[in-house]
Amino acid sequence: MRIEVAGENALIVYFGEETDPRISAQVQHAVAETERLLGSAIIDLVPSYASLLVIYDPFQTDHLEVRRQLRSIAESGAAESTHEGNLITLPVWYDTESGPDLEALAQRAQMSIDEVINLHANTEYRVYAIGFAPGFAYLGQVDERIAAPRLSTPRQSVPRGSVAIADRQTAIYPAASPGGWNLIGRCPTRMFNPDADPSMPVQVGDRVSFEPISRERYLELGGEL
Amino acid sequence: MNGFKVLQPGLMTLITDRGRFGHHRIGLTTGGPLDPSAFDWANRLLDNDNNATVLEISIGGLVLEAQVDTWVVLTGGEMPLKIAGNEVERWCAHRIRAGERLEAGFSKAGARAYLAVSGGFQIEPMFDSTATVQREKLGGLNGQKLQSGDILPCSSEPQGAGYRLPKQYQPDYRDTSPLRVILGYQQDAFSEVQKQILFTSSYKVSDRADRMGYRLEGPAISPSINGILSEGICLGAIQVPADGQPIVLLNDRQTIGGYPKIGSLFSPDTARLAQMLPGTEVSFTPFTQDEAHNQLLLSRRYYQMINPIAVSV
Repeated sequence: MRIEVAGENALIVYFGEETDPRISAQVQHAVAETERLLGSAIIDLVPSYASLLVIYDPFQTDHLEVRRQLRSIAESGAAESTHEGNLITLPVWYDTESGPDLEALAQRAQMSIDEVINLHANTEYRVYAIGFAPGFAYLGQVDERIAAPRLSTPRQSVPRGSVAIADRQTAIYPAASPGGWNLIGRCPTRMFNPDADPSMPVQVGDRVSFEPISRERYLELGGEL
Repeated sequence: MNGFKVLQPGLMTLITDRGRFGHHRIGLTTGGPLDPSAFDWANRLLDNDNNATVLEISIGGLVLEAQVDTWVVLTGGEMPLKIAGNEVERWCAHRIRAGERLEAGFSKAGARAYLAVSGGFQIEPMFDSTATVQREKLGGLNGQKLQSGDILPCSSEPQGAGYRLPKQYQPDYRDTSPLRVILGYQQDAFSEVQKQILFTSSYKVSDRADRMGYRLEGPAISPSINGILSEGICLGAIQVPADGQPIVLLNDRQTIGGYPKIGSLFSPDTARLAQMLPGTEVSFTPFTQDEAHNQLLLSRRYYQMINPIAVSV
């Protein structure tokens, strides 16, 4: 565990250097404890793969106090990193129609399309971070055999709900946006809806699994073509 | 509801309050005024709530028509202000009547100005804030900058109060004193030599300067690492991509990122940078978190001690 200065009213705690569910569990523990102990003095928290950025109100506290609290939280967290998170199952219509990169990805992996789908759907993922755009959740880790680099030319527009792979991460595009990840399917569940409460079905630290569905079921669940 | 009608939106005019806080965890950035001090003064000179919704005008070119009788004030960058065709003082509250035009011309210094009305504009908040973030399509009217024909609702305030801020308290948008850097984040990945390059060189604000970040051009600084596991980015963080040209991240930044960062600017200097136009030369000087903390507390005291002068009608 290491604490660094981030800015005039921000400290960042590092719990490790790699993508690892145990490190992520420590980050989640620290989020809950920081909120509990520092309460209204916190302006915002940004949990990520192996770090937690803590932005505090300098008119209510200072870096000396926040650093002291974070050190004690991190030390207590190392012992009890049991945070499991909720398990959320998301339906995915995997197909060459919904996933224009599925065929190329299968060729690259030297396996059939069904094998790629099986490997992607039969893994339990963890939400390591949310960022890039509202509701964009980074899920890891994708099976090494179907990991694939980003496209050399990103698409101008990726449809909302697209399920995609980049390296050993997978994600669902929460809104139509430009994007360079490999598209393998579509999920009918809205990943970010400003009018809903909560606005996202998952949060950092949760676990996610995918359930393959048919085109018909995708449409029944409100999926768009 | 009546208020102000947008006749010309200018280059980029955004509806905003102080910003969207507490939602980084779902990937929402803060948005909000690039120059919070000028924003605060705009509301204070009208006795508004300190989080009341105003307009942030970038560069200028805004023309509005009042549909109500109220007070207005323009603070920030030096955009010539006209009401009913007459040039009037900035940093000073003025009465405006239904049917009169308000024009904010193009800035002579300072890229951002703040236009407040008595009681603030009445905008429905999203995620606790009215701040427009175009990239996220949140806040303001439909998450977009102002368009011709938009109606900006606000109440009629024929009574109200207004103040003016004497010249000696107004900021100097031509100030080019060095920007103060609090070293942090991956600072250990930058050698002493690389840090000295940053602190002794001159950089220029490039054309790629927007509300997400200001890209600077000058001598390259190279960290010993290329990338890091994505982590949270605070306001003013100085990111150094592979080309070695620093980027100062501003209000609409992405909340996480994987480029090495050498530290962050002190917030009054982040605001000063965001007031600069492409081509402006900047330099950097080191500053500590201790100094920054003390300076912030003192600045707030100075702000509270200043007594603006009441404007009589």
